[in-house]
Amino acid sequence: MTLDSLQVGEAAVVTGINGDAADAVARRLSDLGFLSGTPIVVRRRAPLGDPTVFDLRGYQMCLRRAEAQRVMVERVASQ
Amino acid sequence: MTCHHPGHEECLADHDVRVALIGSPNAGKTTIFNGLTGFRAKTGNYPGVTVTRSQGTVTVDGRTVVIEDLPGTHSLSPVSPDEQVVIDSLEGRLAEEAPPDALIVVADATTIERSLILIAQVLQLGRPTLVVLTMIDELAARGGHIDEARLQACLGVPVVGVVGTKKIGLPQIRELLADAADWPVPVLLPPSDPEERSAWIGSVLASVLHQRPESHRHSEIADRVLLHPVLGVVAFFGVMFAFFQVIFTWAAPLQDAVGAFFDWLGGLVEEYVPWETLAAFLSQGVIAGVGSVLTFLPQIILLFLMISFLENVGYMSRAAFLMDRVMGRFGLEGRAFVSLLSSYACAVPGIMSTRTIPSSKDRIATIMVAPLMTCSARLPVYTLLIAAFVPAVSVWGPIGVQGLVLFGLYLLGTVSAIIAAAVLKRTRLKGETLPFYMEMPPYRVPGLKLVVVQCWDSARYFVRKAGTIILGTSIILWILLHIPVVTPPAGMNEADAASYQLEQSIAGSAGRAVEPVFEPLGFTWQINVALIGSLSAREVFVSTLGQISAAEDPDSDSSIEATLKAQTRPDGSPVYTAPTVAAILLFFVYALQCMSTVAVMRRETGSWRWPVGAFVTFFFLAWIAAFIGNRVTAAITGG
Repeated sequence: MTLDSLQVGEAAVVTGINGDAADAVARRLSDLGFLSGTPIVVRRRAPLGDPTVFDLRGYQMCLRRAEAQRVMVERVASQ
Repeated sequence: MTCHHPGHEECLADHDVRVALIGSPNAGKTTIFNGLTGFRAKTGNYPGVTVTRSQGTVTVDGRTVVIEDLPGTHSLSPVSPDEQVVIDSLEGRLAEEAPPDALIVVADATTIERSLILIAQVLQLGRPTLVVLTMIDELAARGGHIDEARLQACLGVPVVGVVGTKKIGLPQIRELLADAADWPVPVLLPPSDPEERSAWIGSVLASVLHQRPESHRHSEIADRVLLHPVLGVVAFFGVMFAFFQVIFTWAAPLQDAVGAFFDWLGGLVEEYVPWETLAAFLSQGVIAGVGSVLTFLPQIILLFLMISFLENVGYMSRAAFLMDRVMGRFGLEGRAFVSLLSSYACAVPGIMSTRTIPSSKDRIATIMVAPLMTCSARLPVYTLLIAAFVPAVSVWGPIGVQGLVLFGLYLLGTVSAIIAAAVLKRTRLKGETLPFYMEMPPYRVPGLKLVVVQCWDSARYFVRKAGTIILGTSIILWILLHIPVVTPPAGMNEADAASYQLEQSIAGSAGRAVEPVFEPLGFTWQINVALIGSLSAREVFVSTLGQISAAEDPDSDSSIEATLKAQTRPDGSPVYTAPTVAAILLFFVYALQCMSTVAVMRRETGSWRWPVGAFVTFFFLAWIAAFIGNRVTAAITGG
C-alpha cells in the first residue's frame, strides 16, 4: 500500500519508493527521510483533505497526496 | 581551491578563505551566519536563476573569511535548476569561480535522525568540513542525547554544538575558521546508496548514544488548536484579521503623522524661502516626495516585522498547510498565500516574501500576480473617488453602495490575481512541477535580534530603492509640470495664467499627447497627467489632481472633492461623470502604476522580462477593463 491511503493516527513502516534512482522526486523523498525501515505516523490532514503531516525520524514533514502516493508502506499497529 | 601561485595576479584577489554554510531550512543556519558575520550580509543572485545569494565576512587573526549562506536545503541532489546552480557553486562548476575552501553543515540536534542524511551528502563531497549542531539546549531540555565527541570520531570531522541565541559555541567556530582550509577531510566517505545510507545512519546514531528527544509539548498543544479542522481555520482567519488590523489601525495614525509633518515642513519652506519658484519646487517636489516615501514606511516596517515574526515562530508553514489545497486549485502552493496576503498592504514586501517558495515557476507566478492585489496605495484613490461620486445610499440596512463598490474593487483585484496565476501556470510557466514538501518546525520564540535585523534589512532596501524612485519621480514630475516657463497672454488673471502654464508645460503636453489613447475611457488631459504622475506611487494620483485643481483655481479653499466635482470639460459638461469615474477605478484595479514594485520584481526575478511583461499586460488589461466599465456604466446610467 502507499502512504496516502493511511488514515490519520495510523502507523506504518516505509518499504520503498516508487521510482528508480534516476527519478528526482523519488530521490528527494528518500533524502527527506522516507527510507526503507523508517517508522512513520500519520499526524494530521488539512481541513480540505490535502496535504498531510507525517511524523518520521523525529520531525514532521508535510506532503501532498501526489507525493505520498510514491511512498510504499506497510501498516503496523499504532502504539 | 586555494592559490598556490603567489604573485599571480588572478590569485591575489582570491586569497580570502571561502566557507559555505549548508543546512536545511529550519536548522538555525541564518542565526549562525548572523552570529559569525555580525549581520552584515551582502546579497546578490546566483547566475541565471532567481535564488538570492548571501555572503558575509568575518575577520579571524587578521585573515578575512568569506562565509556564504547557501539557500536552505534538505538534500544535495537537485530537483530544479535553482538547486542545480547552488550545488554547482558548491562543487566549483560555476564559471570564473573556485569552489569554497571548506564547508560547514548546520544540523538541528533535535532532528539528527534526518539531518544525518544531509550530513552524509556533504561529507561525500570529500572537502574540509565542520559539523555544527544547533539547538543542543533544546535537545537536553527535551530529554534527548547526542555524544558530540563520539559523533566527531564517527564522522571524522570536527563537531561543534551551539546555542545560536545564547552565542554558546560561536567563539569556537570563529576560532576554527582561521584555518578552515585545513579542516580534516572525512577519511571514510558515507555510502551514497539510499538503503546503505539508512544503515549507516542507524550505526552512527547507535554509536553516538543517540536518544530521540520527547516530542515538543508546546507545539503539540498549539497544533491541536491551530491545525484543528475547525478551530485551526478560525484561528487562521483570526491571525489574518489581526495582521490587517495592525496595518490599518497602527500604521494609519503613524502615516497621518508623517504626512502632517511633511505638510507642515512644506508650508514652512513656502513661507520662508524667498524665491517663489524654488520654494514651490522644494515643498511640492522634494519635501512632498520624501514625505510620500516615508508615509509608506510605518506600514512597510510593520508588515516586514509581522512576516518575519510569523515566519520565525513557525506559523507561516501552518498557514501554508491550511491554505495549500485552495492555492493548489490555481496552480500555486500554500506558501504563496502569505505573499499574496501581504500584497493587500503593499506588493513590495509581498514579492520579497516569495523567497520561501522553492519552485521558481511558482515563485514567478506569485510575483507576477501580486501587484493585482489591492494594495494600500490604491486606497486613497478609491476612497476619494467613491466618497465624491458614488451616492451614499443604503442598499440594505448598514450596507451602502459606497462600501459595496470598495469591496467589489478588492474582490475584483483578488479574483483577477488568482485567475492570472492559473493562466500563467498553464501557459508561460507550464512545465514539470516540483514535488511539494514542507517541514512543520516546532514553534520557537525567535531571537528578537533576528526578527529586527531581517525587518531592518528589508525596510532599508525599500527606502533605498523605492525611496529613490518615488522621490525622483516626484521631483521630475514637478519640473515637468512647470517647464517650459511661459509668459501668459497680457490681461490674463492669476488663475487663468496658472492654468495656462500647466497646459503649456511638458507634463501638460504629454497629457495631451496621450489623449487619443485615454479619450475612449473618458479621461481628460488633466487626468492623464495625474495618471503619469501616479507611475511613481499610486496615491500620488490624488495629490497630482490636487495640484492641478489648485493650479487651475488657486483662490478656492474647497477640498479636492469639491474641486473635482466642479471641473468641466471644454463643452461645459462635468469631467467626472459616472462612466469616467468607473473607468478610473477599474484602471487602478489592474494597472501596474508603481515603479517600486517594478524594481522589486526586477530584483526578485533577476531579469527585466517579467516586470516589463507585467507592466505591458496589466496596462492593456487596465485599459480594456476601464473601457468596458465606462460603456457599461454609461448604458446603465443612460449617460
